[in-house]
Amino acid sequence: MSQLFPKSANKLPLQIIIFLIVFAAVVTAATTYYATPEYTRVGYAPVQPVPFSHALHNGQLGINCRYCHSNVEKTGFANIPTSQTCMNCHNQIKADSPLLAPVRASYESGNPVPWIQIHQVPDYVYFNHSVHINRGVSCVECHGQVNEMETVRHEKSLSMGFCLDCHRDPAPRLRPLDKITDLNWTPAQMAEHDKWAADFIARNKIAPPQSCTGCHR
Amino acid sequence: MSADSTTATFDDAPRSRDSAHVHHASEHPRPAILDEVNPARLPRATLVEHGRSFNWITEKICGIIEGKTPAWWWVCFITAAFVASWTVMGLIYLVSTGVGVWGHANPVNWAWDIVNFVFWIGIGHAGTLISAILCLLRQKWRTSINRAAEAMTIFAVVCAAIFPVFHIGRIWFAWFLFPIPNSNYIWQNFRSPLEWDVFAVSTYGTVSVLFWYVGLVPDLAVLRDRFFNAGKKIRSWFYGLFAMGWRGSNRHWSNYEMAYVILAGVSTPLVLSVHTIVSFDFAVSLLPGWHTTIFPPYFVAGAIFSGFGMVLTLMLPLRAVFKLEDLITQYHIDCMCKITLATGTIVGYAYAMEFFIAWYGANPYEGFTFINRAFGPYAWAYWIMISCNVITPQLFWFKKIRRNTALVWILSIFVNVGMWFERFVIIVTSLARDFLPSSWGYYSPSVVEIFTFFGTFGVFSVLFLLFIRFLPIMPMAEIKAVTPQADGHAHSHH
Repeated sequence: MSQLFPKSANKLPLQIIIFLIVFAAVVTAATTYYATPEYTRVGYAPVQPVPFSHALHNGQLGINCRYCHSNVEKTGFANIPTSQTCMNCHNQIKADSPLLAPVRASYESGNPVPWIQIHQVPDYVYFNHSVHINRGVSCVECHGQVNEMETVRHEKSLSMGFCLDCHRDPAPRLRPLDKITDLNWTPAQMAEHDKWAADFIARNKIAPPQSCTGCHR
Repeated sequence: MSADSTTATFDDAPRSRDSAHVHHASEHPRPAILDEVNPARLPRATLVEHGRSFNWITEKICGIIEGKTPAWWWVCFITAAFVASWTVMGLIYLVSTGVGVWGHANPVNWAWDIVNFVFWIGIGHAGTLISAILCLLRQKWRTSINRAAEAMTIFAVVCAAIFPVFHIGRIWFAWFLFPIPNSNYIWQNFRSPLEWDVFAVSTYGTVSVLFWYVGLVPDLAVLRDRFFNAGKKIRSWFYGLFAMGWRGSNRHWSNYEMAYVILAGVSTPLVLSVHTIVSFDFAVSLLPGWHTTIFPPYFVAGAIFSGFGMVLTLMLPLRAVFKLEDLITQYHIDCMCKITLATGTIVGYAYAMEFFIAWYGANPYEGFTFINRAFGPYAWAYWIMISCNVITPQLFWFKKIRRNTALVWILSIFVNVGMWFERFVIIVTSLARDFLPSSWGYYSPSVVEIFTFFGTFGVFSVLFLLFIRFLPIMPMAEIKAVTPQADGHAHSHH
């Protein structure tokens, strides 16, 4: 039927197969790169109403995380400090800085500073900060080295896979409780960390849930 | 001793044991009982009647596609499309609102959706049986019904797939059913028969489409050439595209035959495995009434039973409308009725055996379940099932009934009604009366559910009407091969 189809049509099946293989590969690669939390969440760093620098307050001045996020060890929710906490110092230091105007306004009115939330787990996920902090999981494991950030950015993917990586094998991510807020500390600084971690897990009966209902209650 | 000597006489071979006796017997051979062996002649049924020529077959089958679209086709198509819109609207409403628009509630969380899924999947089985098992068993009467039955299989799988997919509620997560690596680390539970179902049904759908398509290729080429010669280039181009350059050369036919037999071999286990796995959805659970080992064979027999019911429902009107009596002969109808009778009897036996085991197993919960089925709140459904599935097929014992086409058609519809009720009885009665009497309930479908289900008959009909309008409903080459004139040995005595 050469009148109906050109001779090049003989190559069509092969061309279609090659196209489908390439197409599937491109779609897979593009989805893996662009459509996962590694791309969609990591790097999110919104401009905040006040240019608060964690690198200055925590990294240089050494104010402990828990001075501001004061409930993180005690409750499931790691609180954002009220403007009263800021004003403890800033009624003396840089008391007239125009950059701190929203903090002073909040202090006077009682309305909170409209900080933009960066780290957020979905509503169907139960996450308890105190449980993690009190079992030797440092802030840095999920939030990255906030002590070096001028502007806080979303450092880790916080996908379910990210959670499960640690829940399946917590030992390498655990540290002594007195190093919890030391964001520069690494297990390499400890002699025989794995031995310590095994002992720590046994003593504290650390058994992170891997069942659905552990987090999706 | 006497039996041994008889054997020795027949095969006339000396044996180490009792050789003297054998020697004695061979001296006096037993006289022949008959002077002449004259075996009864059992002529094969004629599969194409009235000595129709090859040309007649081609013209007949191609004529259906080439002729003007009949008025009845448009009436049926528009009606079917309207009915199909019920399913579409029901599903849009479900997705935009939530799965709660269906009538499921504790304790009956599987109801019409799973009933409909099993019902449609079961119907598909006749197509696969005809195309695969009957092909390997060289049942030549399959040739005039296999194309339409395979189309029926594919369209039935389409209708079946709708229900479990939409039952998950959030349809956009349907890809969770497949083992695709993802950043949520969500992985399938391969110990669950529901996951086996995903693979069983998708394999079944794929192989059925392949089988159907491979069989179509030579016929598509015929249509391509005929439309080309008639000067209809566009239609010729489309048939030519799917005929993939078929020229009917010796090599083409050789490859085709090989591919067809391989696909038949691949499909044969599927006939048995798909509904076996569907039955595992129930049998692997611990619910009384579901947790029985008889389920796989019972479900497979039921599937083939319902499938042949549907083949009869579809083929008999086609035969009448297109005047295909010479190709779908009374012998074909007899064969289909007899398979329906055989599988229907197996199903009836399974119903009886379930009751027997419930009594014999002395498990009070199992016993209660079956008493409850027959005399409980859903007794009406149980007795519809029994009358349609146990009594109806027994009528096919009678030649008079098998020869009454209109009656066979009506009975075939009863078969399908009965098989729908079978799934309803199994699924709903068992769930409505679970282990805790405090949670017992009564399930009724919602309006959305009813329209979604009846709409699938529209979906099926739309697809089937398109099939009979645009594709050859019978494999021309295969039918030609079973005509009397194609048999070169017809007059020789074997």
